[in-house]
Amino acid sequence: MSHINDTEITEAVVAEHGLTPDEYQMVCDHMGRTPNYTELGVFSVMWSEHCSYKSSRKWLKKLPVDGPQVIQGPGENAGVIDIGDGDAAVFKMESHNHPSFIEPYQGAATGVGGIMRDVFTMGARPVANLNALRFGQPDHAKTRHLLAGVVSGIGGYGNCIGVPTVGGEINFDKSYNGNILVNAMCVGVARTDKIFYAAATGVGSPVVYVGSKTGRDGIHGATMASAEFDDASEEKRPTVQVGDPFTEKLLLEACQELMASDAIIGIQDMGAAGLTSSSVEMADKGGVGILLDLDKVPCRETHMTGYEMLLSESQERMLMVLKPGREPEAETIFSRWGLDFAVIGELTDSGRMVVTHQGQTIADMPLGPLADGAPEYDRPHEPTPKAAAFDQSLLNDAPDMATALTTLMASSEIASRRWVYEQYDSMVMGDTLAGPGGDAALVRVHGTQKALAISTDVTPRYCFADPVEGGKQAVAEAYRNICATGATPLAITNCLNFGNPERPEIMGQFVGCLEGMGEAGRALDFPVVSGNVSLYNETNGTGILPTPAIGGVGLLKQLDKAVGNRFTENDLQIYLLGETKGHLGASLYQRDILANDDVFAPPPVDLQSEAAHGTFVRQAIDKGLLSAAHDISDGGLAVALAEMCIGHNIGAHISVEGDIGFWFGEDQARYVLAVTADKAADLEALADNLPLGKIGVTTGAELKFGDTVTISVAQLHELNEGWFPALMQG
Amino acid sequence: MQASVIVFPGSNCDRDVAVCIEAAMGKAPLMAWHGDSELPKSDLIVLPGGFSYGDYLRCGSMAANSPIMREVVAQAKKGAAVLGICNGFQVLTECGLLPGVLMQNKGLNFVCRNTRLTVTNNKTAFTAQYEAGEEITVPVAHNEGNYFADDDTLKRLQDEDCIAFTYADGDNPNGACLDIAGICDPSGRIVGMMPHPERRAETALGGEDGKRMFSGIVEALS
Repeated sequence: MSHINDTEITEAVVAEHGLTPDEYQMVCDHMGRTPNYTELGVFSVMWSEHCSYKSSRKWLKKLPVDGPQVIQGPGENAGVIDIGDGDAAVFKMESHNHPSFIEPYQGAATGVGGIMRDVFTMGARPVANLNALRFGQPDHAKTRHLLAGVVSGIGGYGNCIGVPTVGGEINFDKSYNGNILVNAMCVGVARTDKIFYAAATGVGSPVVYVGSKTGRDGIHGATMASAEFDDASEEKRPTVQVGDPFTEKLLLEACQELMASDAIIGIQDMGAAGLTSSSVEMADKGGVGILLDLDKVPCRETHMTGYEMLLSESQERMLMVLKPGREPEAETIFSRWGLDFAVIGELTDSGRMVVTHQGQTIADMPLGPLADGAPEYDRPHEPTPKAAAFDQSLLNDAPDMATALTTLMASSEIASRRWVYEQYDSMVMGDTLAGPGGDAALVRVHGTQKALAISTDVTPRYCFADPVEGGKQAVAEAYRNICATGATPLAITNCLNFGNPERPEIMGQFVGCLEGMGEAGRALDFPVVSGNVSLYNETNGTGILPTPAIGGVGLLKQLDKAVGNRFTENDLQIYLLGETKGHLGASLYQRDILANDDVFAPPPVDLQSEAAHGTFVRQAIDKGLLSAAHDISDGGLAVALAEMCIGHNIGAHISVEGDIGFWFGEDQARYVLAVTADKAADLEALADNLPLGKIGVTTGAELKFGDTVTISVAQLHELNEGWFPALMQG
Repeated sequence: MQASVIVFPGSNCDRDVAVCIEAAMGKAPLMAWHGDSELPKSDLIVLPGGFSYGDYLRCGSMAANSPIMREVVAQAKKGAAVLGICNGFQVLTECGLLPGVLMQNKGLNFVCRNTRLTVTNNKTAFTAQYEAGEEITVPVAHNEGNYFADDDTLKRLQDEDCIAFTYADGDNPNGACLDIAGICDPSGRIVGMMPHPERRAETALGGEDGKRMFSGIVEALS
């Protein structure tokens, strides 16, 4: 039988591996010879866009990543921040877009499984999952199938492992018809003195494989995630991995048990590019070499080649480097949990990755170039042209206020997501203080009186119209959502979903969004501690809206101070915080009421106001002044008020007057605040010179605007709840 | 008193229920491993929610055949109080301590939300602190909670006052026969229920309606 390495490396073979001729020449230079087939495979995954960030690295370096709260910034499995008392929050968001489009259930499920492993690899127990999802038009032929499958997959994995899914977001837009986005975020809690890192040190230390057996699933998944789709993409189904949440639950518990000892030197999840990427990263970060004997790798299929074992993306596997001699105690733990445990190699001082299989050396490569040697591209980027200001003449035929508001409440963006989130276990672990449906989710740090506030945000239509302002707005909205609960925003993770970076206008969107995100992160002291880039989100040459999803995490020091985003009783005084100019460009009103898709400038983001207003809201909550707080975003003030009414079926009478821009404009840095009458004076005093004005009072069962517009809260509720079930029933 | 929580591989509400038992009893329960063939004599045994053995076979059926369950059944027959919550309820029906079966939800989807329950029987070992007919709010989170039994069994459950909880009018989340949310054996010492009282046992989590299950059994056994 001929060996796979006997395959001749032709131009066609190189192209199949997604390497350009120039990149292949660089591989040959690093190797000092022509790579064999296995080595080519390893280089191709390590240098894929997904693993090497070769188009994005230059720009990622410009993001703010520091702060006194940051324990670990980007570059590890997940970011780590200090949340006081020796506790740390560990979190990251990651995309699973391409697999989820091909096989929605398994694609989404393994996305959730993968991000949880990134978090518990670092010594944290996952305490909350969120997901940011984007689908095509609601009436597109594939949308319902994809949506049902993705939701079921997220629930199927998270519910089984027993980590609550506490929030997220869903948007619909035609640009996602052929390329949905599935971004999964996980937040975990660890002790600051028990954080585990990937770096492997100590020549002779054993390299240990634990978890599930290796199969042929997911081979070249990372390469697939680095290419555009076409009509034949569904033929790529075999490259989608299959998830087993039960095994992950066992792996989580076994890892936690072993981590309680001091046996582990380094640990790394086998995610994208599987055994290859985990071993390269561990050895490279530790500045050592690594020798792997593939005969020792637990396999679930027979006759697997070394190439397949190295590139498999089978799920629920971890690679660890243990202190020499500690293997027996580790093996006892893993076998008690019914998991595979195998010593498959050791660390060397060679600076090389050497792989043997069936008595032969099948790969021998320098580690440095594999890990960091991928070319860094400064791709041509064309700034997005400045969009014109909103054309006010479009409002000439605008419908009346009640029609507009009732339409928006039953629109794809505003409609209640209950159909989705009731399929997720949002309460397991007994620490969910505020689950889906609020501005930010609130999850108690187990056994303490403090809570984490978590939110995912981005408004892709803003990013498309003006990437810089859109990038800022995504960060600012996460900041606002966290402030609205009373928590202090601490840090963010991001998941940057864009089209083909080889097109200058797409690269221009990327560069613009990152510029805005960076500016906002610096101004709001909200650094980026982890993240992921997903490019080539295109099908047949049509790109998605630029979608840099932000996952924000904040800390509420005293959980009993938290407020919700619903009116809680009658006779509350309703205040509007923030300046309203009536920006309708790129608003939901423009898209869904005017049914207009011209590109107009989105609302500008004033970061100083964001910081000042956010700080004010937090202070007001800390002083116990507020009964409810809600950030104003999609649909503007009118939608925010309606949302606050429907929670507890409490009406409101709004006494100020305004035009369409006032009610539906999406000006930033604004909140609706509700306060009992006896605290109103204190709130006004605290506001000092901030733009804070009383706009109404809670009362009755109707939402009234002046004396002319009256809508029953029950009707708003029914419209808001009805849209999603009707869509899914078809 | 001695309380034990059985931990199967895939159990995921074991810690949550242990927190509630400790709050009620002032002492942490014993966490008993599925593979053990001995269980210290226990006054209270709790089978927690989760996905035992992944529930890759019929829910609860693998767990019902685990070594520890022989002990659980033996102690139940000698008078220990047993509470099965969600997956634990499924295990109790699979091992024969309670009749019937939990089928897939009528809506075919997992459902996690608060439900309004009626305390149909407040004479069980766990429900004495509720008023008869009291309406309480307790969340469910399951894919297979659709209680089913043949007509004779359902009649017997009614005649022997073995229906512990029903979903209140219009709030049946899964299509269960007779709106059954929880049942007990004729002695009232063995209770199985789909809703999760441990998730509603403190005001920070939205309410305390579930707390009296735990304070009630501790009071009954002390």
